[in-house]
Amino acid sequence: MSNGKNLLSGDESVLEKTITGIEGLDEITGGGLPRGRPSLICGAAGCGKTIFAMEFIVHGAEMGEPGVFVSFEETAEDIKKNFISMNPNLNDLIDQNKISMDYIRIERSEIEETGEYDLEGLFIRLGYAIDSIGAKRVVLDTVEALFSGFSAEALLRAELRRLFHWLKSKGVTAVITGESGEKTLTRYGLEEYVADCVILLNNPVVNKITTRNLRIVKYRGSSHGTNEYPFLIGENGITLLPITSVGLNHSAPDIHVSTGIERLDTMLNGNGYYVGSSILVTGSAGTGKSSIAAQFANSTCKKGCKCLYLAFEESPKQIIRNMNSIGIDLRHWVDKGLLKFHATRPTLYGLEIHLVTIYKLINELNPDIVIFDPISNLISVGSPDEVKSMLTRLIDFLKSKQITALSTSLSAMGNIETSVGISSLMDTWINLEAVETNGERNRTIDIIKARGMSHSNQLREFQLTDNGIKIVDIYLGSEGMLTGSARVSQIALEKAQKLEREHEIERKQREIEHKRELMDAQIAEIKSKFETEEKELERIIKQEKLKEKILKKDRIEMAQMRTADKED
Amino acid sequence: MGKKVINKFDEFESALTAEKKGDKYVLRLFVAGINPKSRRAIENLMEILEENLKDQYELEIIDIYQQPIFAKEGQIVAAPTLIKELPPPLRRFVGDLSNKEKLLLGLELKSKKDE
Repeated sequence: MSNGKNLLSGDESVLEKTITGIEGLDEITGGGLPRGRPSLICGAAGCGKTIFAMEFIVHGAEMGEPGVFVSFEETAEDIKKNFISMNPNLNDLIDQNKISMDYIRIERSEIEETGEYDLEGLFIRLGYAIDSIGAKRVVLDTVEALFSGFSAEALLRAELRRLFHWLKSKGVTAVITGESGEKTLTRYGLEEYVADCVILLNNPVVNKITTRNLRIVKYRGSSHGTNEYPFLIGENGITLLPITSVGLNHSAPDIHVSTGIERLDTMLNGNGYYVGSSILVTGSAGTGKSSIAAQFANSTCKKGCKCLYLAFEESPKQIIRNMNSIGIDLRHWVDKGLLKFHATRPTLYGLEIHLVTIYKLINELNPDIVIFDPISNLISVGSPDEVKSMLTRLIDFLKSKQITALSTSLSAMGNIETSVGISSLMDTWINLEAVETNGERNRTIDIIKARGMSHSNQLREFQLTDNGIKIVDIYLGSEGMLTGSARVSQIALEKAQKLEREHEIERKQREIEHKRELMDAQIAEIKSKFETEEKELERIIKQEKLKEKILKKDRIEMAQMRTADKED
Repeated sequence: MGKKVINKFDEFESALTAEKKGDKYVLRLFVAGINPKSRRAIENLMEILEENLKDQYELEIIDIYQQPIFAKEGQIVAAPTLIKELPPPLRRFVGDLSNKEKLLLGLELKSKKDE
């Protein structure tokens, strides 16, 4: 609305505009409907024309612009009844003369045309209603009812042309509603007379799902959004969000938020997710995606931050009960108002309406984190292109608001690629898998990507215990990767093997000892033998030497006896 | 037997018309100021009433320019509009009442059989 005001003051000389007060419409029209001129809102039955017109009047009255609501179809009482729930102060506004309601009853069967006439009665009633409350806004819903009451079409057309001129001269901003025609925008070609601003409402049914759309067909003298904008009729009236305008210029702060699981934080650079990033948790059925989401919600609420949990599969009560079983108490946070569940079946509305609803919820609650559980269920609502376009806009929107978004996505067994390729939109991608070995299924967790983080590339085993989520190392060794009881038995086996090896070593060492002793004994024996032999030999040598001496002595003695020549 | 029934029906019809003719008519004519259409409407109406319902009607002529609140109360869209409030049913005649046949039929001062 403030946006509209700025625009208004900006080009006041060009075209004055009147703020409708309808969320979003003022944005795409650049400030509202042309002031002091009639605008046409056309659409088939049930498109929301009357609600639209009523909102225009009520918001006007609240902003100090009294309005006249002239209905040709329903009595003032009926309309009041229909709108009192959306606008609780409608009766007050009527009592304060800020809104005047008039029902113009046209009953063909009662009317007999007996000559020349004009619609001066209508002018007088309208003029009287406008003057009595000083109205600045007028709604005629649906003026085409005149055509069913009177047969002189040429006269009616002339009178309508006069009526719109007269409304302009009165300076009121008028909204005229009209039923869609087959070839023309309205059944009776009202667009010929109300040519300043024409807004078309439709509600096409695609895949059995209705989406309400609004499109500005023309807006003389002003630029305007040209797309079909989906809108929602909720408890508080019309919400229209020009959601295509989100760009890629969000800031990226270097702040982290814990995942709620210590070991997962460690896996992600030690700090957890980036604030304002988008996280995708994929996995096949029963791998614990929701548990990771719930743990994140739990830890966020623990810090006093707000969390919006969008459940597309389970009811909030079911989620609370199931998470209780792994020791996560979510009810507590719901009671404190920190956690808000919003559960809808994806097939309840079209994608655009989902988007509008989510926007609305986020704008109302202003959460720190948003959880989509599971985002893959939205895929069933539209074609992959549509889903991707919707999710892109959604993620851009969340990033612009610095909201951390965690989405879970169901992937086919063993196939981690999600069917819409939404992973490219995500900053962090955690994959959960169920590994089946030896007749049991165990969960593993790994991080496929984490933009801007040096994350672990190791698989971990992921356990759901009574005390929450536990992440343990998996067995990695000669036998490959093992999890669960296989891991446990492998560890036991290794322990036994180790023990055995230790025994073996001990035995071998004893053997060495034994051999050494043996060797020493042998050495001693050989030594003693040698010593004995040595002694014997020495004794023989001595004897020989003695023999030699004796022989020599004998020879000398003999020579002396023979007195032979002296030897040398 | 058949003839008798027809006779009875005729009797009933004439009795009804007689009763209608004896009724008091309450009429209101709404005009938007004094313009040629309003004037013609008043003239045409007076003529018919004088001819057919002399002393048997009550007519109020309202100028919705002067009293716009009556336009809302009387559910007036077109001008001039003549409303027959009594005898029932309520009927509205829009225009300057120049089509006297239609008016007479509508006021049940004349039935289709009479034509």
